[in-house]
Amino acid sequence: MISWAVLAALVLFSAVTYALGRRKLTAQAAGQGRDRAHSRPGYHGAYVMLWVAVPAAAVLLLHGAFGGRIAAAAVQAEKPAAVAALTPQQRMVFYDDVQSTVVGRTPSEIIYAPDVREALDAEAREAVRIEMGLRLAAVAAALVLAVAGFVFSYRRVRPEFRARQHVEGWTAVLLFACSAAAILTTVGIVASLAFESFRFFQAVPPHQFLFGLDWDPQIAMRSDQFATSGAFGAVPLFVGTFLIMLIAMVVAAPIGLLSAIYLAEYASRPTRAVVKPLLEVLAGVPTVVYGFFAALTVGPLFRSTFNAIGAQLLGGPFHELGLYLSQVQNQMALVAGAVMGIMLIPFVSSLSDDIINAVPQSLRDGSLAMGATPSETIKKVVMPAALPGIVAALLLAVSRAIGETMIVTMAAGLQAKTTLNPLDTVTTVTVQIVTLLTGDQEFDSPKTLSAFGLGLTLFVITLILNVIALRIVQKYREQYD
Amino acid sequence: MTDAALPPAGAQPALQRSAIEARLKARRAREARFRWYGRLAITAALLFLAVLLGRIVSQGYTTFVDYRMSVPVYLDPARIDPTDPTGANYDLMVADAVLAKLGETDDALGTTSGKLMALLSTDLGFQLLDKVRADPRLIGQTVTVTGPVRADASLYFKGLVDASAAETDRKLDDRQIAWLEKLRSLGMVSSGFNTSFLTRSDSTEPEQAGVLGAVVGSALMLLVTGLLSVPIGVLAAVYLEEFAPKNRWTSIIEVNINNLAAVPSIVYGLLGLAVFINWLAVPRSSPLVGGLVLALMSLPTVIIATRSALKAVPPSIREAALGVGASRTQTVFHHVLPLAMPGVMTGAILSLAHALGETAPLLMVGMVSFVPGVPAGFTESATVLPVQVFIWENASERAFHERTAAAIMVLLVFMIVMNLAAILLRRRFERRW
Repeated sequence: MISWAVLAALVLFSAVTYALGRRKLTAQAAGQGRDRAHSRPGYHGAYVMLWVAVPAAAVLLLHGAFGGRIAAAAVQAEKPAAVAALTPQQRMVFYDDVQSTVVGRTPSEIIYAPDVREALDAEAREAVRIEMGLRLAAVAAALVLAVAGFVFSYRRVRPEFRARQHVEGWTAVLLFACSAAAILTTVGIVASLAFESFRFFQAVPPHQFLFGLDWDPQIAMRSDQFATSGAFGAVPLFVGTFLIMLIAMVVAAPIGLLSAIYLAEYASRPTRAVVKPLLEVLAGVPTVVYGFFAALTVGPLFRSTFNAIGAQLLGGPFHELGLYLSQVQNQMALVAGAVMGIMLIPFVSSLSDDIINAVPQSLRDGSLAMGATPSETIKKVVMPAALPGIVAALLLAVSRAIGETMIVTMAAGLQAKTTLNPLDTVTTVTVQIVTLLTGDQEFDSPKTLSAFGLGLTLFVITLILNVIALRIVQKYREQYD
Repeated sequence: MTDAALPPAGAQPALQRSAIEARLKARRAREARFRWYGRLAITAALLFLAVLLGRIVSQGYTTFVDYRMSVPVYLDPARIDPTDPTGANYDLMVADAVLAKLGETDDALGTTSGKLMALLSTDLGFQLLDKVRADPRLIGQTVTVTGPVRADASLYFKGLVDASAAETDRKLDDRQIAWLEKLRSLGMVSSGFNTSFLTRSDSTEPEQAGVLGAVVGSALMLLVTGLLSVPIGVLAAVYLEEFAPKNRWTSIIEVNINNLAAVPSIVYGLLGLAVFINWLAVPRSSPLVGGLVLALMSLPTVIIATRSALKAVPPSIREAALGVGASRTQTVFHHVLPLAMPGVMTGAILSLAHALGETAPLLMVGMVSFVPGVPAGFTESATVLPVQVFIWENASERAFHERTAAAIMVLLVFMIVMNLAAILLRRRFERRW
């Protein structure tokens, strides 16, 4: 890591060069008896400063991001004989300890053989040497670049020099780079998911993953077992995700849609001004709060209600059902689904509100003028016109429900079951990703890698839903614009 | 058609009229019913909100009252080695002092003092140790320490333990409850506003656990997120809205940004795990890596908000600036962007508020570890408020549940403040063209 002092020095130097560039221009312009240069003095200063700061900062940044890895690779390139004799795992631990020794952390408590112990000290000294060298090289390179940039740009500062155009060129590059960051994020998501999933699919064939009926990643802890059939069949997860999504939509779609219709078509201005922000509050509540609510309030409430109903039915004609109901647990699909539905209400209602408001008033006026009541107008004229948009809104809500993590992690179960019974405990794709990846450090087992397989599936499905929905919305907007 | 086929004159209009009236009545009833459906839906949604918030406040407010006990402890020179004060059992000394007050004596096995220690926080012992360490001359004197009672005892004082339940069903037995009552009547127990919840960090003991570490962690993480996502997002939006040529590439970027905004947050966590942790070796569970992940997540929302703010600035502003000779860059940065700033800031604050409440991607980058202290820097292990909620919700002790609800209240206060700031900003600076 480059120290803050170096960065501070760079900032200071750039500031000085800005002032120098500015001063040179004003002095020259005055000396030539011209009171006007092509560009304002600030642009000249900025031009010099950019040439000083940007290349040097880039070098320091690169060193910060990759310096440690290069140094580690250089240290590991030449292994002492004692280290070369170790197994790959031991070697990994050995080099972790080297790194710890260098940084001053406590190394692991492994007791090495004397020759390895000696090698450890030697390698640590070597690592310190290489890292220092690398750091020195980076600082030197930054210094050279900064000075060279200064000399180059300072000489170009003249009253007729078009500094503004150059500075604006730098600005354009910066702006473009920023919007490229969005693209890079997508590339990063796709690449990381695809790469890790590829490693996973080498161990578990994709068709087994997508169509297998058995999900039990724990079995795969032992390396001789992961190839056995069915341990990574994701169908129960898909079914569980689908079930919870369905329950959530059953709650959210009618309530959200009817609220949106009422707010858009009937509510007075003051009512709207109060209700809309309140619904937005519901949308702003963090999902972990919904999860807490589901796990500690809704879950026990539902369980005790069903247990009470079951106790009533015991001994009667529905004895079996009663027995089942009196044994349901807190973690049922219904709880997670219902709470997720509450979470989605504002999402559905605000999207549909926009869509309904976009339907031209002339359609309503025509219908009302023919003698239709407002509700007939809504049902027969406004809704059909808004239908594509509303379908898109619901699709976006579905994609939200599928990708929602915290509520299901806290309120749905961990048992992978292929069932559509809302009172049963199910697990979802997102729950499994969280369980597979929290706490586990080792990164080579199919168990952890399967999370990336699940993530890729999740990403692809939500992407398809979003693309369809966004296209529909776009087409719909064009229709009435 | 003949006259005979017609119904008698005069009867027809009346019949039609009644039919029409019946239909009208039905239609009006449908109209009224439909309105009621709408009202019901809104009422249901608002009711859910009220129940949600009400439940959290009713579960959490008890955390803000705590019960402290003041115990004068004689620091017996026979029990403390001045050269090594760490070795003495201060918890037992505190328990003995309390036992003396209660008029009981410890038995040989120490079961009585053990039972009593289950009511007293280990914090008292730690305080004694700190005092002795700071000033060894205190040994042989009587020192009064004040600290919280254990979580179970605190629940009893708050009336949350059902004393009428069978003794085996509760955490406290009858003897312990009698002690607590006696201590209260002796005036050794005082209650007050629980400041330690706001000034301490996570702990394995519920009565000593607080949210300070999580609040600081959240602040550090949001700082990283804001410093990255706001400038990058605003500049990207400026490029797309004001400079980009309208061609295939820019339309791809546009579609891409809209889609990114709808990608599930957990996918960003997977990205962070694969790229930042495994590839770039950013320290796990640090505010830095959490902030990076959330910055990527909130980037699309910042871009979308900024673009709509820029769109709202009328073209006449741009034309006027260009007309007096400003370059395009000058037009944008001197005129358009400043005018769009209130909208930009509102969007940025709202997306940061959203990032503050996000949990799932942070679980992926290792932010679920137990972090007892306040994080010292961007690369240290840290925990953040929503993750703290998640961790405490998973804890088995009942006393953690009220703390979970209280942590949620703290989190919601921060979110309300941020949202209010955004609303005020919009109200204060919004300009209608």
